[in-house]
Amino acid sequence: MAQPALLEVRDLRVSFRTRSGEIEAVSGIDLDISDGEVLGIVGESGSGKSVALKAIMGLLPPQAQVTGSIRFRGRQLLGAPEHEMRALRGGKIAMIFQDPLTAFNPVMTIGDQIAEMLMLHDRSLSRARLRARTVELLELVSIPEAAARIDSYPYQFSGGMRQRVMIAMAVANNPDLLLADEPTTALDVTVQAQILDVLRALQQKLKISLALVTHDLGVVAGTADRVSVMYSGRIVEKAGVDDLFADPRHPYTRGLIASVPRLDTQSAQLTSIEGAPPPPSSRPPGCSFAPRCPLAAQLCRTERPALRGAAKSLAACHFAEDTPAQIEPVI
Amino acid sequence: MINAHRLRLSTAIFKGAALPVTLGLAVIALWVFTMLTIPLWPLDAPLDMVGRRLQPPSAAHWFGTDALGRDVLSRTLHGAQFSIPIAIVVVFAAVIIGGALGAISGFFGGLIGAAIMRLVDVTLAFPPILLAMAVAASLGPGLENAAIAMVVVWWPLYARLVRAQVLEVREREHVEAAVAAGAGPMRVLCLHILPLCWTPVLVNATMDFGQVVLLAASLSFIGLGATPPTPEWGAMIADGAKHFYHWWIAFGPGMAIFAVVVGFNFVGDGLRDLLDPRTE
Repeated sequence: MAQPALLEVRDLRVSFRTRSGEIEAVSGIDLDISDGEVLGIVGESGSGKSVALKAIMGLLPPQAQVTGSIRFRGRQLLGAPEHEMRALRGGKIAMIFQDPLTAFNPVMTIGDQIAEMLMLHDRSLSRARLRARTVELLELVSIPEAAARIDSYPYQFSGGMRQRVMIAMAVANNPDLLLADEPTTALDVTVQAQILDVLRALQQKLKISLALVTHDLGVVAGTADRVSVMYSGRIVEKAGVDDLFADPRHPYTRGLIASVPRLDTQSAQLTSIEGAPPPPSSRPPGCSFAPRCPLAAQLCRTERPALRGAAKSLAACHFAEDTPAQIEPVI
Repeated sequence: MINAHRLRLSTAIFKGAALPVTLGLAVIALWVFTMLTIPLWPLDAPLDMVGRRLQPPSAAHWFGTDALGRDVLSRTLHGAQFSIPIAIVVVFAAVIIGGALGAISGFFGGLIGAAIMRLVDVTLAFPPILLAMAVAASLGPGLENAAIAMVVVWWPLYARLVRAQVLEVREREHVEAAVAAGAGPMRVLCLHILPLCWTPVLVNATMDFGQVVLLAASLSFIGLGATPPTPEWGAMIADGAKHFYHWWIAFGPGMAIFAVVVGFNFVGDGLRDLLDPRTE
């Protein structure tokens, strides 16, 4: 390969020191994103997906301990000097936040905030140039009357509009990688699809790679190329998006899929996964999913399964090779 | 959000919904107007002996004359030239010094932050008037020294206030978003945190204007502020105290202090009602 991979995360671990001891939020995950690709990272609250994203951006508080390796275009980001990270943030790597209301400074106009993003990475831009580029960016995400709305404050926009502005801001400096942390979670269902369309269209038009963190399989299904499923700080399954939905190998993934209504199957009943994920402070020694897993055997409670190839995916399950026919009725 | 507040503030005032605020603003505006235009008023010179000594209020001297035969009304009105600028200077200096130190302490924390806050604790452990007296006495009499003493007493309040605000605001998501956009720490602090910290500072500062006027008068009263011929309110009340049965000597400056303090308190209270969602 002529060019090093866009993003290569190896054995990323993040732990927080708290009064009640050390809590590991991310326990050794690998992530790869190549140019122009959309990687979906799926998992429920507390699975460590957002923390992993923030670790890549270097946004974690000082009491977080991050180990492993995060390479961006071959450059090691972990332990990189602050000024280098500052140039990357908002420049080559940009982030889209979950709640577009709280992620904007309430006392700055959205025009000023986009202009700040531009200015931070190119000090030579004139005021007129900044303004023109800001309008251009707002038009890119289909904000009507962009030139007039540039002096509005965030509270004067609707939730969907704000998220569009956030996307415009994120792509302002033509980043190579976009990290989206639950970009549609805070929005109305009707607006979610629009925002995903905008995001996907821009991603293809500007040839940006996208890491899309979400708890919503539906978001991933329509947007991602590949999917990593996270559970309790680990990746439990990795697959291409079609393979994942057609032939999920990890019981957790199956449970997730069974809990989402689908148009293409006849199943009338939605199933939920019983129980809750173990708290990060007291994870079982074996498979973290074992206490909730219908397939759990003695082996699962003592030995932690590693990610290994099963059919077209990688799954961290001792029974990953068992065919779905055997399992489907159990779940 | 600030715009919404501004809008509410102005409409509330113009609708008369906040009567005390309007009243307070009117009183303050009157005093500021007096302070700025006093040389043009057809009054007796404040330092000249213009009548017989210790005369009760009359048509010629509305507030009477003091022990040296000076016009009390003229001296009272001229007093605004000292009390109001000193209050402005002291409050601004305290807000800037205390605000900057509090912001540094709240945002960067660490050893320097802890050191600043311990200094605040130590300063606040003294009764304010006592500390102000000690500092003013060691610097010698004079209004400038009294002002310095008052800043020494006042900055820790703002350091605490701003630190608490910074600690709260810095956890908001837009601050993380600014960092994610590549902003450096100074930019994050000055552009994305401090502009959201000003509401309680504004309310407190407004209230403190009155308190500073009061403390300045207190220092002058005990001889640590303005020196004798100066028509400063505290010093004038000290003069009046020597002539207990000639009540009008202290009445003029006393009413002046009262009016200014009440005016600023009304405005401060009104501002808090309008800006602080917790009081609604």
